[in-house]
Amino acid sequence: MAEKYFTPEIETMPRDEIKKLQSERLVKQIKNVYENVEPYRKKMDAAGVKPEDIHGIEDLHLLPFTTKDDLRDEYPYGMLARPLSDCVRIQSTSGTTGKRVVAFYTQNDIDMWDECCARAITAVGGTKDDVVQVCYGYGLFTGGPGLNGGSHKVGSLTLPMSSGNTDRQLQFMQDLKATILCCTPSYAEYLAESAINTGAIDNIHIKAGIFGAEAWTEEMRRDIENKFGRGMKAYDIYGLTEITGPGVAFECSDQGGMHVNEDYFIAEIIDPKTGEVLPYGSKGELVFTTIAKEAFPMIRYRTRDICVLSDSQCPCGRTHVRMSKPMGRTDDMLIIRGVNVFPSQIETVLLEQGYEANYQIIVDRVNNSDTIDVNVEMTPEKFTDNLGKVADMEKQLVSALKSMLGIFAKVHLVAPRTIARSEGKAVRIIDNRKL
Amino acid sequence: MTVKQISVFLENRKGQLNEITKILAQAGINLLALNIAETTEYGIVRIIVDDVAAATDALIGAGMVVKVSDVSRVTISNSVGGLNSALQKIADAGIDIEYMYSMVSGDSENADMVFKTADSTALEAALAN
Ligand SMILES: [Zn+2]
Repeated sequence: MAEKYFTPEIETMPRDEIKKLQSERLVKQIKNVYENVEPYRKKMDAAGVKPEDIHGIEDLHLLPFTTKDDLRDEYPYGMLARPLSDCVRIQSTSGTTGKRVVAFYTQNDIDMWDECCARAITAVGGTKDDVVQVCYGYGLFTGGPGLNGGSHKVGSLTLPMSSGNTDRQLQFMQDLKATILCCTPSYAEYLAESAINTGAIDNIHIKAGIFGAEAWTEEMRRDIENKFGRGMKAYDIYGLTEITGPGVAFECSDQGGMHVNEDYFIAEIIDPKTGEVLPYGSKGELVFTTIAKEAFPMIRYRTRDICVLSDSQCPCGRTHVRMSKPMGRTDDMLIIRGVNVFPSQIETVLLEQGYEANYQIIVDRVNNSDTIDVNVEMTPEKFTDNLGKVADMEKQLVSALKSMLGIFAKVHLVAPRTIARSEGKAVRIIDNRKL
Repeated sequence: MTVKQISVFLENRKGQLNEITKILAQAGINLLALNIAETTEYGIVRIIVDDVAAATDALIGAGMVVKVSDVSRVTISNSVGGLNSALQKIADAGIDIEYMYSMVSGDSENADMVFKTADSTALEAALAN
């Protein structure tokens, strides 16, 4: 089947033209925020950068970063670049601590967001003949409204289910013959399991799923695809409210990373410690600049997500850069022997190897060299009465960690329930280094 | 004869083994055999008890990782060369022994051994010769 694009002239635009388009839009946007958004003007003045210094994307690195704290400090209206009368919508982050971030949209901003999600739906094979079941939450959360808008734009029949009520979800999925499912990967897995248990799976014709808003693994992808069966494909989508919502980047048929909608967003990877821009292929913090947004422009917004960007040619024909799945959060990053290590990477390995994601990382410095020890709880499923097999399991875990982290970590299998649950990050990492 | 063996994951910490024996004692369970296979980091405690279901419940209830598997309980003559002759028969039959250990026996004429092999029927057939 030939690859379908929603807006082919943009999605397959030659890279030099994309860069030219980005440069033009960036110059305009910087002039706009300097004139209309006081916090940006103050930051640029403090950094000694004037709008005239920005001639194109090559000058992007001169601009100061924007952080989530900046948005909290300016809550609610401080970052607005347009009068409220031009705005038509507010969405908000699901922040667990402190003030939430509220984002504003003009009608053009909403149209742009819908366009992003329409590209994502088209990339997974969606057309006007599809029935798109959206079970992301609707409301302040961007998941529901984003995919809903994209589905309308494609012309698909949209089922605005919102989250929850699994029986009804499965009923409608069967009766109304939904073909594309949009929800979190964990809910997709749950829906598939429920459908298998009730026998509903025989009457379900989901051919593709767009799953985001939480971390998931390749193993989960295969699992979801197998559970739905009939060649169903599961795709990733990335977004954040500060930048717009889901659709900032989306996966194509290649399932090998998410294309960033580069006509709207410039993606950079930086070293989270120094702020230095890193070349494509390097692992670092993802930073976005919105070059087309009107109401709530973000200049070099630090997402705190760690990933890798690639401009290698994609078999799908799209030319926009691809970002990897986020590998972790900068907040949790450990530097061990000069290598950035994220607890989430360790978690991924444990889940893939069949252990619970309950672990403890102990970092120390012995003879001027960092050491990392990972305590992993034995599980009833993995345990055997054969010592050799237990030793093999341990070796397998060490080698899987080595290939994920790039460094050697010592593994200790410990008795279950010996690692405190629930409290989260604080007990996960014990750093004994005296620096 | 085939009997049930309970294996328990053991972290090599002080008092861990004692924890297991305490749980069993409190549940009123009699230990017929106990064997430990260990590395410096962890070990596997293998036990044979009089009440497998009650022992398993008590250990799992205390948060232990437990696995129940089939092993062969074999009675051999408690005399010079008794074990050697049994092992010779097993070797002649081409059966691999994963591990083995001894257990209490009812009388002094005989000794009981526990064998873990891939095929308990083949083992018993070999020893019956
Ligand atoms: Zn692609």
